[in-house]
Amino acid sequence: MMIQMVGIRKVYSTGRVEVDALKGIDLEIDRNEFVAVVGPSGSGKSTLMNLLGCLDTPTSGVYRLSGESVGSLDRNRLAEIRNRHVGFVFQNFNLLPYASALENVELPLLFGGVPAKERRERAKAMLAKVDLADRMDHKPTELSGGQMQRVAVARALVNRPTMILADEPTGNLDTAAGKGIVGLFQELHAGGQTVVMITHDMALARIASRIVQIRDGEIVDGQAAAA
Amino acid sequence: MRYAAAELALVLRLFRADLGHQTKRVVLTVLAIGWGTLSIVLLLSFGEGLKQSLAKGSRGLGESIAIVWPGATTKAWMGLPSGRPIPIKEEDPALIRSRVPEIELLSVEYAKQAPIAVGTRIINTRLRGVDPEFGEMRNIHPQLGGRFLNARDVAEKRRVVFLGEELARDLFGTEDVVGKTLQINQSVFLVVGVAQKKMQMGMYNGPDRNQPSIPWSTFKSMYTDAKMENLVYRPVSLDLADMAKAQLYRVMGAKYHFDPEDTRALGIWDTREMQRINDNVGLGIQIFLGIIGGLTLFVGGMGVANIMFAVVKERTREIGVKMALGAKQRQVMLPFMLEALLMTVLGGIAGTTVSLGLIALIAALPLKGEALEFIGHPTFSPAIAAATAMVLGTIGGLAGFFPARHASSVNPAVSLRYE
Repeated sequence: MMIQMVGIRKVYSTGRVEVDALKGIDLEIDRNEFVAVVGPSGSGKSTLMNLLGCLDTPTSGVYRLSGESVGSLDRNRLAEIRNRHVGFVFQNFNLLPYASALENVELPLLFGGVPAKERRERAKAMLAKVDLADRMDHKPTELSGGQMQRVAVARALVNRPTMILADEPTGNLDTAAGKGIVGLFQELHAGGQTVVMITHDMALARIASRIVQIRDGEIVDGQAAAA
Repeated sequence: MRYAAAELALVLRLFRADLGHQTKRVVLTVLAIGWGTLSIVLLLSFGEGLKQSLAKGSRGLGESIAIVWPGATTKAWMGLPSGRPIPIKEEDPALIRSRVPEIELLSVEYAKQAPIAVGTRIINTRLRGVDPEFGEMRNIHPQLGGRFLNARDVAEKRRVVFLGEELARDLFGTEDVVGKTLQINQSVFLVVGVAQKKMQMGMYNGPDRNQPSIPWSTFKSMYTDAKMENLVYRPVSLDLADMAKAQLYRVMGAKYHFDPEDTRALGIWDTREMQRINDNVGLGIQIFLGIIGGLTLFVGGMGVANIMFAVVKERTREIGVKMALGAKQRQVMLPFMLEALLMTVLGGIAGTTVSLGLIALIAALPLKGEALEFIGHPTFSPAIAAATAMVLGTIGGLAGFFPARHASSVNPAVSLRYE
């Protein structure tokens, strides 16, 4: 099993109040799955995404990513895990505004210590793959929303991650551009890439191969891998 | 390092971006650093100038020389009582020259108040009879066209005189008086040289600029009852100075029967001590001025830290993104530190440039007066450059470090949602 969560709990303490964001999650995701995590706002899906993406650590429980237990690593080790295993795609793109499309795509390789020449070549290839070969030197402000999100996808893919972790990837896009991104995910999935998509949009979730529903910090449907 | 090189290009672009929408803040901060640098460079340079003036002034008396004068014993020795006066007699210099090889140069100094006359103008001053070596040891150098006393002057008891430059002006109204004559004690003397102007801080019996010097042999023939006032000597090297002094006490102690440990039997003023004190005073003043400058620069550093904290806050989201992409702590910190350092270096360059301009300007000003001779010569040196660069680097580094550490400690999950 590529992703395995057992009894994951996350408690946020805000002053005197303790909030149980996740109340014991068991979740398995296999290689080459396209999983959509759906749930209303406040259901805990963002917390789940943070934990899946190693941006945060669980209060208790076991999380194995590619066989490695990542529940309680230090910040720098977690950074390495994110760099190698997770490709983030955010709702609001989160590109660096002062850097070109190419430089944005190079960032994960830069943090991973890839030499400059190889970095440039891989980033270029990845931009070509998302049909942006002719926009490499453009700044994010010179790109459309759909183009920005494609840059973000190229950035997520460039370090050949174990999974793509997308958080409402079409939330800030018009219908046409949104369809383009969804199509891109389907293409990647068909090519063998594992994709986990967080959304509140049931219609969008239906394109995934499995839907995990979460409510009040608990998975109510789809927690085991479809055999 | 590879990471640093790749980041530098991005940092420069970031800096431009910050400059774009925080122009006033960045410019003011760079100015504050520039001002701090200006004050540290100028203060250190004034300190350096003062230090050099002090050193020059203490060399005005002579370099590493010692002055010996007759004293009295303070210890009983070989049956003789204490309190016995010990003279320096005419034959003693020869004895010392032959028995104390650690001494390189030696001169006697006889002295007496005497009237010096040119026409009807008469000036009473301290006339001294010395050896030719006196001039070199005491840093008394002739102006162009003249000379100090020489060996033949002494051997032939010539009636020649070397004048302090102020005395020459007071007597003749000009310093260009080589070849002219004057009268000392009703005898006619030929002026063979006039002293160059010098800075003289240490002295015994008045400054050199007011005193005439004649051969000691001539002096003795004019004033047969004259007693020797001083010996002046210079050791072969600084390392041998203590040995020279000890040996001199031994030789004279043997001759006049006093304890060589009895340092009051003959007074010896070792001017190395004065030079050491002057050097230390100069250094102390410079350190003091440097600290004041450093504190001013520190305030500028606070400005940099302040602006960097604001920048970190502004870029919280971006920090989160970088962390999500796998940036380690030091990779998050580096750009902020580079940016702080960049601001500091820019301010430092600006401040140093302006200070060098001011130093050149002050050097070009015609400054007169005793006090200005000491403080009016700010001097820049490689050591000052190094000290300034070190202080700037430290302050820039610290001003970047704390905001950067703050940046690297944010929670990526939280900062990604930061608006």
